[in-house]
Amino acid sequence: MIARRALIAIAALLIAGAATAARAERLIVSVSNHRVTVTPNYSGEELVLFGAVEKDASAPAAHTAYDLVVTVTGPRADMVTRRKERRFGIWINADYRQFVQVPTYLAIFSNRPFDAIGSPDMQRRQQLGLNNVLLTQRVGPDYADVVPNDAFRSAFIRLRTEEGLYREATSAVTFLTPTLFRTSIPLPAEVPIGTYNVEIKLFSEGSLAAHTETAFEIVKVGFEQFVATSARQNGLIYGLATVCMALMSGWAASIVFRKD
Amino acid sequence: MTMPGAAIVSWRNPRQTRVQLYLPIADVPVNIFLILAMGAAVGFVSGMFGIGGGFLMTPLLIFVGITPAVAVASVASHIAASSCSGAIFYWRRRAIDPLLVLVLLIGGISGTTLGVWTFTRLRSLGQLDLMIALSYVVLLTGVGVAMFYEGLRAMLRLRRGVAVSLRRSGSHSWIHGLPLKMRFKRSKIYLSVIPVVVVGLVIGFIGAVMGIGGGFILVPIMIYLLRVPTSTVIGTSMVLTLVTMLFATMLHAVTNHLVDAVLALILMTGGVTGAQFGARAGQKIRGEHLRMLLGLLILAVGIRFAVELVIRPDELFTIREGAAG
Repeated sequence: MIARRALIAIAALLIAGAATAARAERLIVSVSNHRVTVTPNYSGEELVLFGAVEKDASAPAAHTAYDLVVTVTGPRADMVTRRKERRFGIWINADYRQFVQVPTYLAIFSNRPFDAIGSPDMQRRQQLGLNNVLLTQRVGPDYADVVPNDAFRSAFIRLRTEEGLYREATSAVTFLTPTLFRTSIPLPAEVPIGTYNVEIKLFSEGSLAAHTETAFEIVKVGFEQFVATSARQNGLIYGLATVCMALMSGWAASIVFRKD
Repeated sequence: MTMPGAAIVSWRNPRQTRVQLYLPIADVPVNIFLILAMGAAVGFVSGMFGIGGGFLMTPLLIFVGITPAVAVASVASHIAASSCSGAIFYWRRRAIDPLLVLVLLIGGISGTTLGVWTFTRLRSLGQLDLMIALSYVVLLTGVGVAMFYEGLRAMLRLRRGVAVSLRRSGSHSWIHGLPLKMRFKRSKIYLSVIPVVVVGLVIGFIGAVMGIGGGFILVPIMIYLLRVPTSTVIGTSMVLTLVTMLFATMLHAVTNHLVDAVLALILMTGGVTGAQFGARAGQKIRGEHLRMLLGLLILAVGIRFAVELVIRPDELFTIREGAAG
């Protein structure tokens, strides 16, 4: 499994390399682990992403200072954000917005503030930063993203950030040498399971110079995960097992604490 | 410097916090001893007063941060376990009226089905938490005030030296004028099935929606309204609670996938142990004091829910995975 994954990763790198062969710069990256196993006592870890910028002779001489933006996108899901309002003297959920297929985990890291990397227009196009990332909402029959300061959109990002599932850091990518970089991807205990895409974009003088992707997978193991999976996939058997457990423990208690 | 591309593993050591237990369905890490202690405390109270304790367990779980939906669904199986040992105890004493149980269950099962359906519907509308909180405010403050008042009156009467008489007059109410009468042999009553089915329906419904067994409402209703003798009332209500709660567990597991078996198991362990000590402690306290205490406790939980609804919450927004219904 791991070997096959590694092969796929290498193949992907080769293809990416071939596609950008005509370009002056090429990105070579790897994450420290392509399969993160979350055990019951997992309390959050960090994955390390390493990479290098390869330049060939055609690279413009002016291209010496590079900027790098790493976007980690977790599995996508529909989410509802609701807002409480005071009605009849009590606080109840009133208005809501439906977010369609948005990432459950999202981390955007760079080596410099996004404003220093490029123009606001370019930032929007390349989705640099949580304010520019595309979060589709369904408003009635329409599907659209809204302005960054929309109350529901900013509340959604704020809540996800508080949970550690959405992150933005403009100093998280470090260049060890002018062409060698690293960043760490924090994965809190609440990370959803699934495939995570890592998109690495290299900028030079305000425009995209190279671009590559890699991926890793988060799997949860252990008794807790077994319970969670069976509850979702085999509700009937799970229910029967819980019912049996209740009957057994009730019966056991009546034996242990028998008064007569 | 290692070549880029080589796998460089730099894991931070995970903190070994074994007391922290991860609840798979509730999706939160909890302190295992806290949950055990809560189970034992509620078990103690339930053993002391002879009640199921769901109306205390569900709110406590909500207060420690488990979502109301998971709390309600998981407590159902916890109540099933505690009423199971009670039912066995009363079965041995032949203190259960099987026919009465059967008629109550016709209502109970339908009520539970209706309750779980309502629960699912409210959840997709985003109003489940509100409805659970509101139901608790109404039910708990009502029952709490009534119990406290009753206990206080009995205590004052006792202090004045008036003998307390058990009110079980033979006078017939409107309930005894209803058709479809049936003879319940073991309870020695002749009663219409309509009020019995309705009582089962109501208890089943609120049990499924609120995560309570309903014993603390069912027993008074059966004694005062249906005139079921005290010899069979507790055992019969325990069997009704057992079956409706087992059924509710099944339905919650199949439709909403919200039953947290790990949470339920810890609660059961704490609960059954606590109940034994509670029962012993309960025998040392006078009945009217006991009722006053329980009334105060119920009232306090009700008020806590009310306060939470009225004050402005720190966070107005909530996120939930899934589609809005």
